[in-house]
Amino acid sequence: MQPEGPAALRLSFGLKAVVAVFLVGWCVVAMFPLVWITVMSFRAPVDALSSNPLVVLAGPVTLRTSGGLSVLDFGLAGATGVGLYWLARRYRGAVVGSLSLGGSRVIGGLLASAVAAVVGAVVVLWLLPTLSLRANQALAAVPGAGWLASPVIGMTLDHYRAVWVQHGFTRNFTNSMLVTCGVVTVSLSVGTLAGYGLARSGSRLAFWLLLAALVFRALPHSVLAAGYIPAFLNSRELLAPLWNAPASGWFFRLFADSPPLLYGQPMAIIIVLVSINQPFTIWMLRSFFQNIPTELDEAARVDGCSHFGAFYRAIMPVMWPGVITTGLFSFLLAYNDYLVTALLLDAQSMTMVPAITQFLNRDTRAADQIEAIAAAVSITAPLFLLVVAFQRQLVAGLTQGAVKG
Amino acid sequence: MKPRTLALFVAPSAVLMLVFIALPLVLVAVQSLYATTLVREQISVETCTPGFLAQTCTTTMRSQVKLDPSGKQMSETVFSGLDAYRLVLRLDQLAGAFAPGGGGYDVVMAIDFWRALRFTLTFTVLTLPLVIGLGLVIALAVNSSLRAVRGPLVFVSLLPFIVTPVIGALAIRWLFVGDGILTAGLRLLLQSDISLFAQGWTIEILMLLYRVWHVAPFAFIIFYAGLQTLDRDAMESAIIDGASRFARLRYVVIPHLMPLVVFVALIHLMDAYRVFEEVVGFTSQAHRISLQWLTFSFLMPDETGNRSITRASASSMLTMIGIVILLIPLVVRVWRDHKPRG
Repeated sequence: MQPEGPAALRLSFGLKAVVAVFLVGWCVVAMFPLVWITVMSFRAPVDALSSNPLVVLAGPVTLRTSGGLSVLDFGLAGATGVGLYWLARRYRGAVVGSLSLGGSRVIGGLLASAVAAVVGAVVVLWLLPTLSLRANQALAAVPGAGWLASPVIGMTLDHYRAVWVQHGFTRNFTNSMLVTCGVVTVSLSVGTLAGYGLARSGSRLAFWLLLAALVFRALPHSVLAAGYIPAFLNSRELLAPLWNAPASGWFFRLFADSPPLLYGQPMAIIIVLVSINQPFTIWMLRSFFQNIPTELDEAARVDGCSHFGAFYRAIMPVMWPGVITTGLFSFLLAYNDYLVTALLLDAQSMTMVPAITQFLNRDTRAADQIEAIAAAVSITAPLFLLVVAFQRQLVAGLTQGAVKG
Repeated sequence: MKPRTLALFVAPSAVLMLVFIALPLVLVAVQSLYATTLVREQISVETCTPGFLAQTCTTTMRSQVKLDPSGKQMSETVFSGLDAYRLVLRLDQLAGAFAPGGGGYDVVMAIDFWRALRFTLTFTVLTLPLVIGLGLVIALAVNSSLRAVRGPLVFVSLLPFIVTPVIGALAIRWLFVGDGILTAGLRLLLQSDISLFAQGWTIEILMLLYRVWHVAPFAFIIFYAGLQTLDRDAMESAIIDGASRFARLRYVVIPHLMPLVVFVALIHLMDAYRVFEEVVGFTSQAHRISLQWLTFSFLMPDETGNRSITRASASSMLTMIGIVILLIPLVVRVWRDHKPRG
């Protein structure tokens, strides 16, 4: 407990020790698998697959064959980390303030996160390697300090190069980003409207809709996929009446001359994932909206706003923690999906997660497995950054709304 | 809010759910009753070989796929009733298994549907208490730690939850597969030559532990958020009344968190019943499969590029029966809580 609490809430020394040991143990369990595969992805196959943990950590064969990191590199990396952290703390407020378009600190925060991501990427991916190369060369020439610049721990980027350059993972990455951003945007636009309506109405329609959403939330996705596949594969014939009918044909021809084949279309996947996620989204947003006092919309209505105007001008500005939390869950669902994307997308439009199976099924060389690991780490990295950026909002959002509903 | 306004607000969401959730359900129900097969025709082929004086000709009947005028393979859809369900359930084999000398349990477990059902139910029931227990313990521990370390603790605790399920399962598998680092450690510890991916039950334990590792953080973050809204006055009056730490936990904290425990349990029941990514990540299909994986495997194109839609639909419908049973208590509860007045 916090020191300012009453004496009876404080833990005895023994209990404190138990809590500390438990928390350290849990942190190790939580992090170990991810940290370990990250380490493996930077080692040559012989090192990475060794059953001696010290060999995996030090990477002696990697060191001999493709070099590694020197003491100086570790120093530089540490200094960069501290520098970036200091920069973020020092200038965060100023950047958020100057980017708050239209006075919205949330937009400012989102834009500032984007700026931070770009700056961080440039520093880590370009500035740091260049600097380390030059510094190592310079230091190696200095007599007596050469040991600082000689590599001590093996490291190779071969597997990442193979995944991203040779196997064209960049295309999968673009597809993933397209699908995920589409799902989050559409899901939140549609979901906030419905969530607000449901929170402000006690009618029979609202009740039945919530009940239906609850049942839909439980459906296995493979059940839905079994319904989509035949329809998606035959969508040209199935949708033809819409295009041929005189009443609606002119409208649909504005978008395409003939009905599209929905199989393998990222747009179709976006709509499917939005619909699958809609039950959870509306339940969650509804409970957020319920915690916003009705007086707020009543005041806006008295001032002459329509229902939609009250929603847009009075409610949305105070809803951001809820929207960000819900958006985070939408992001996770869309980005992490394997089942629906594996069944409904073709090789061209495949997202990253189902694409990883191409590495698993080719397990013939030792390097194949490490390439699969490198692909897995590549998929996890954006999620890691996402939690770094939004952890505070997630806890605040959950505390504010979802957990009371 | 007038019903008209409400209808306008919920229309986009309702239409999406109607078209992409309700409609596919109806389609699946219908599909499971119809079988689509390629139309075959018998054609007589006359093959002649040159011989002395006259050719020797033989006529054979051969069956081939009929093509329509545009050259596409013709298929026909016929009503097949409950045939697909029989194919999935194998009731005849089931009856045989329980007849005297029929082989019993082992024979049942040789039928894909029944072994998938067995695994899915065991998985759901066993992970539930572990997830809630671990989540609660982590939440209490983090909540009683120093304020300064709480941020990093929450961050680290969230990692297993946000990791893509397939990737998380793969990560655990890589630690154990073959001479993996943890298998080597276990061998050293137990002094025996074990291989965790050679038999079903070890894989099953790994899958259970993986799911607990993956979902406990979700339970943790919900409970942790709930602990932040704990009523300080109730806590203080409990202290004044001389309640011990355990009594406070039992009579103040747990009742406060009870609605959240129910919420997490429901979400977990729904999600665990859909277990799927573990089978892909651990490539356990030779030993353990789940109901959702069974449908998925019917839907994936086989070597000839055909998808068994009818059988997939039948196994989907059977999976749904389980969901309905699971949902009845939940729907009743929501009915009581949210029933419209009047």
